[in-house]
Amino acid sequence: MYPRSFSYHRASSLKDAATLLSQLGEGAKLLAGGQSLIPLMKLRFANPVHLVDLNFISGTSYIREQDGAFRFGPLTRHAEIEKSASVARVPILHDCAAGIADVQVRNRGTIGGSLAEADPSGDWATVLLTLSCEVRCAVQSTDRTLKLTEFLKDAFTTALAPDELVSEVIVKVPPENSGGAYIAFKRTAPVYPTASAAVQLTVEGDRCKDIAIALGCVGLLPIRAREGEAALRGQQITPKLIESAAEAARTAADPQSDMRGSADYKRQLVGALVKRATEAALQRARGQQVEVSHIYA
Amino acid sequence: MPEAAPGVSIQVCVNGKLHPREVEPRKLLVEFIREDLELTGTHIGCDTTYCGACTVLMNGAAVKSCTVFAVQADGAEITTVEGLEKNGDLHPIQKAFGDCYGLQCGYCTPGLMISALQLLKDNPTPNQEQIRKAIAGNTCRCTGYQNIFKAIENAAAKLRSPSHAD
Repeated sequence: MYPRSFSYHRASSLKDAATLLSQLGEGAKLLAGGQSLIPLMKLRFANPVHLVDLNFISGTSYIREQDGAFRFGPLTRHAEIEKSASVARVPILHDCAAGIADVQVRNRGTIGGSLAEADPSGDWATVLLTLSCEVRCAVQSTDRTLKLTEFLKDAFTTALAPDELVSEVIVKVPPENSGGAYIAFKRTAPVYPTASAAVQLTVEGDRCKDIAIALGCVGLLPIRAREGEAALRGQQITPKLIESAAEAARTAADPQSDMRGSADYKRQLVGALVKRATEAALQRARGQQVEVSHIYA
Repeated sequence: MPEAAPGVSIQVCVNGKLHPREVEPRKLLVEFIREDLELTGTHIGCDTTYCGACTVLMNGAAVKSCTVFAVQADGAEITTVEGLEKNGDLHPIQKAFGDCYGLQCGYCTPGLMISALQLLKDNPTPNQEQIRKAIAGNTCRCTGYQNIFKAIENAAAKLRSPSHAD
C-alpha cells in the first residue's frame, strides 16, 4: 500500500523542524517513530502534504536522570526505555515500555510521538497520568512546559500549536516506598489493548499514603478513577477496599462498544485490571519483586 | 491528488552491499527491498504493521519494513533473510527451521528468522517465555508455533556450539 504523495523534509535539529512546520503550514506532519502515522497514511486516514522527518536529528533519543526526574528525549524509543536499568527502578514505566505492541514496533516507536498523537488507545499517557509528568513543547524561538493534564486535550488532540513540537518528557521519580503497575488486556501483542489500568501508590507503614489510578482505552482520554483512589487513600489496604476501588473504576470508565468488546464488557474488564494492578503495585511498594505482564486473550 | 513528489537520493547498505538509488518519498522500505533491489525474500503480509512477514534488521534492530519509508533507511545497514546465508552455507537459524520443521507454507518464515536473529544476538540462551515474547510480532497461520519455538531453541544451541565459528 502506498500513501498519498508527500514531499519529504529532513530536519537537522528540533528548531529546524519547528521552523519547517511554521513555513510549511498545516499540511505538514512530523515523522517520529512512524508506527501509527505510517499505517494511518497507508490507509489514507492521514494525508499530510509535507512530512518532516525527525529521525536524522542527533541527540533526541536519551534517558537522563537529574534532580529527581527522568528526562526522555522526544525520540527515545520504547525499546530503549524497556532496556534501561535506571528506568526499571520505576517499574510502572518498565511495564509500559515492555508491553507496547511487539519488539519491532518498540524498536521504532517513540515516547514523544506516542504522547503527541494522543491516541485514546495509546499506553504512555495512561501510565504517565499516575506519575508527575510534564511535557516540554518547543516552537522556533521559545519553549514552554505543560503538565501532562494540560497537554492532553481530547482524543488525538493536544495543546500543541501547529508549529510546536514535543522536545522532552519529564517524569518525576516517585518518593520512597512507592510502587506501581500497568496491566493491559490485549487480544494479541501487535494490537491496541481492549482496556488497561495503571496504578501508582505510596505506602506509609501499613497504610496507603497516596495513590493514582488511570484507566486506558475506556474513554476519549485516559481517565483518572478519583473515587477509586479516594477509597484507598489513607487506608489500610484490604482485599475488600481494593474491590471497592475496582468498582469505582468501573463507574468512572466511559467505554464505547467496538470490535474489541462491548462497553459493558470493557467496564467489567477494567475493574479486574485495576484490582490486579493495585495488588502488584502494593507488593512493589513494599519492596517485593513482582513481574507484571499484560494479559493476552 | 498532489503530483508525484520529487525523488530523493539515498544510499542503503543491504546485506553488506551499498545501493545508491533515487526513491519517491512515499516508497516503503519493503517495496524498495523487493522492487528496486529485487530481494524478494522479505515478504509483505498484512501491510498494516501486524504480521511481521516484512521484518528486517535496520542498524541491528528488527523493524517492520512496511512501516518505515525507504528514505528513512538512507545511510542505514539493512539485513534481510538473504543476508543470513554465507558462501552457500545456510545460517544456523535457517538450518534449525529446516531441521525442526519450523515452517509449513513458509510465508512468515523470513520475518520469523530475522526476529530470531535479533533475539539470539541479544540473548544467546533465551528461555521459552523470552522466545515467545521475541516473536510476538510475527504471525504464523500454519504451524501453531510449537515447531518454531523448537527451531529457535535449536538455533540457539547451534550458535552456542564451539563448532559454530561465526
